[in-house]
Amino acid sequence: MTETLFEKIWNSHVVVERENEPSLIYIDRHLVHEVTSPQAFDGLRVNNRQVRRPDLTIATIDHNVPTTDRSLPMVDETSATQINTLEKNCKDFGIKLFGINDPNQGIVHVIGPQLGITLPGSTIVCGDSHTSTQGAFGAFAFGIGTSEVEHTLATQTLWLEKPKTFEILATGKRRNSFAVTSKDIILSIIKKIGTDGGAGHVLEYRGDAISDLSMEQRMTICNMSIEAGSRAGLIAPDEKAFDYINNREYTPKNYDELVDTWKDNLMSDTNAKFDKSFTIDVERIEPQVSWGTNPAMVSDVTGTVPTPEEYGQSNEIQIKSAKKALEYMDLESGTPIVEIPIDRVFIGSCTNARLEDLKDAAEIVRGKTVNPDVNAMVVPGSQMVKHEAEKLGLDKIFKDANFEWRESGCSMCLGMNPDILKPGERCASTSNRNFEGRQGSGGRTHLVSPVMAAASAIAGHFVDVREWN
Amino acid sequence: MELELEPFSKVNSIITPFDKANVDTDQIIPKQFLKLITKSGFGKFLFYDWRFDRDGKPKDDFVLNDSHYEDSQVLVTNENFGCGSSREHAVWALKDFGFNVIISPSFADIFYSNCFKNGVLPIILDIEKIHKLLQFEDEIELDLNSQKITLGDEYINFEIDSHRKVRLLEGLDEIDLTLKEDEKIGKFENDSSIVSIF
Repeated sequence: MTETLFEKIWNSHVVVERENEPSLIYIDRHLVHEVTSPQAFDGLRVNNRQVRRPDLTIATIDHNVPTTDRSLPMVDETSATQINTLEKNCKDFGIKLFGINDPNQGIVHVIGPQLGITLPGSTIVCGDSHTSTQGAFGAFAFGIGTSEVEHTLATQTLWLEKPKTFEILATGKRRNSFAVTSKDIILSIIKKIGTDGGAGHVLEYRGDAISDLSMEQRMTICNMSIEAGSRAGLIAPDEKAFDYINNREYTPKNYDELVDTWKDNLMSDTNAKFDKSFTIDVERIEPQVSWGTNPAMVSDVTGTVPTPEEYGQSNEIQIKSAKKALEYMDLESGTPIVEIPIDRVFIGSCTNARLEDLKDAAEIVRGKTVNPDVNAMVVPGSQMVKHEAEKLGLDKIFKDANFEWRESGCSMCLGMNPDILKPGERCASTSNRNFEGRQGSGGRTHLVSPVMAAASAIAGHFVDVREWN
Repeated sequence: MELELEPFSKVNSIITPFDKANVDTDQIIPKQFLKLITKSGFGKFLFYDWRFDRDGKPKDDFVLNDSHYEDSQVLVTNENFGCGSSREHAVWALKDFGFNVIISPSFADIFYSNCFKNGVLPIILDIEKIHKLLQFEDEIELDLNSQKITLGDEYINFEIDSHRKVRLLEGLDEIDLTLKEDEKIGKFENDSSIVSIF
């Protein structure tokens, strides 16, 4: 019988399976952060339970951390409490923590692969929906709630109903592989299949247009799988994936042997059957800019802000959502995307704050200056990314152009730390969610790629980055 | 004080009509309220940016501020409810506010699963039935055991996974149940080549 990649990973992790019941699935890697874990550790304490496998568990602090000078005391006491709580919990339960001043601190989904903790063919969970990022390495990686964090800590397993499979076939070649990025590919996919198009499914991205991408570009795609409502997204690992994980601080000692077992196994069989399938030709994709308040409300950069009817077609609910979104975003239908002025630029988040993202953005910025009406910041995804970028002199390029160069963390992707939009401010953001108030109450988010964000910072409005010089 | 998982009993309540699609967990509980380290006390922050103006005053036109619905335990809403972030705080906030049942044509996966862990019953019904419920102003009776919602003389049946139903009805602790499989978990660990991080 033929199997998809997802089914192979699933089948090799089944601990208990009974007919018409959820299966008990073993978890190889559990990543923990400060926001969704305190109540889980409390639950363990109340019931006098231990962490079953501290050797398969790591923690870091990313959501709440200030991105300014960390030698200063934290201003926000509730954030400080949450951070101190994680430090205590890790100490009490014997979990390795990459704390606030650790050179390996960073956004949890960025550090997993960078430290060689993320492995192909494994099951990976974290109390964060963007865990799907790590599916780029051919892992079944998915976000969970706090109760499931507690369950994983106590048992190293989860009861799961087997998701269905959904093939996303990306064909063709991008016409401009610098200006049309993997962010534009995933936004185009979500625009087509919708914010709940992947519900109950694991997406497998396949095709030449996916193989063509670097690992960091693939992570951007898998990262936003959750924005299509899917349980997870994954890509069959190839040499690029095996190389990325190799020679990292926590790469397994027997790595070469492991690669040998993965090589012939971790792919969907020829003729494997998917429950659903969708094909996209990347040759037709333009740089994308979101105009609304969910990640399916996206336009080509050469397009205009649509009317609610153009967006919703004949679906009343969608038309109503689009009307509300335009009102919130303070946008008129028919406005060319390139004429939308912006106040802020955020280059950061688990979607787009890895080294390649910063390199590409710096390429746009080099020798130029941020528009005087715009406040722009770069928040590297991890301390390691920051350090590597500084070795290449990227910090200098950004700072010379009047970008702020910050410490690593989730920052203005969700604004749990002081990095937030003021009411009414409009931001070009490389993050993943343009929900109302996501980056700050009353703030307006436009999702874009790092090169689009960088070019917009200079121009003061969106631009067709294919014509940038 | 932690939320205790209590056996789910019958619900008699009027419906809070909440006819919105794609309600994300950032709206249900905005991030500035995720910093509490307990499970209780989130209800007052539910739908904060929709419920209150910038000065913190309740908005008159928002349904949850209408005293008529004060004791309602049932929220009826539209497709893809609970999308976005995995934050379980969204369910804690709904539960703490008083909602024990959420009815929608579809839910986001993680939110749906989080509901069951906290004794909240998410029910999936087709859009016609949702419309009927949204217009029904009297008290309904909802019985999980018989999987039936009674609206005056009519009733609507709903589907639910039998294991999740039993767990809700009995208020069982999932970790306790899993620990009964401890031997199998141990055997899996011995038989598979699980790679330690360190």
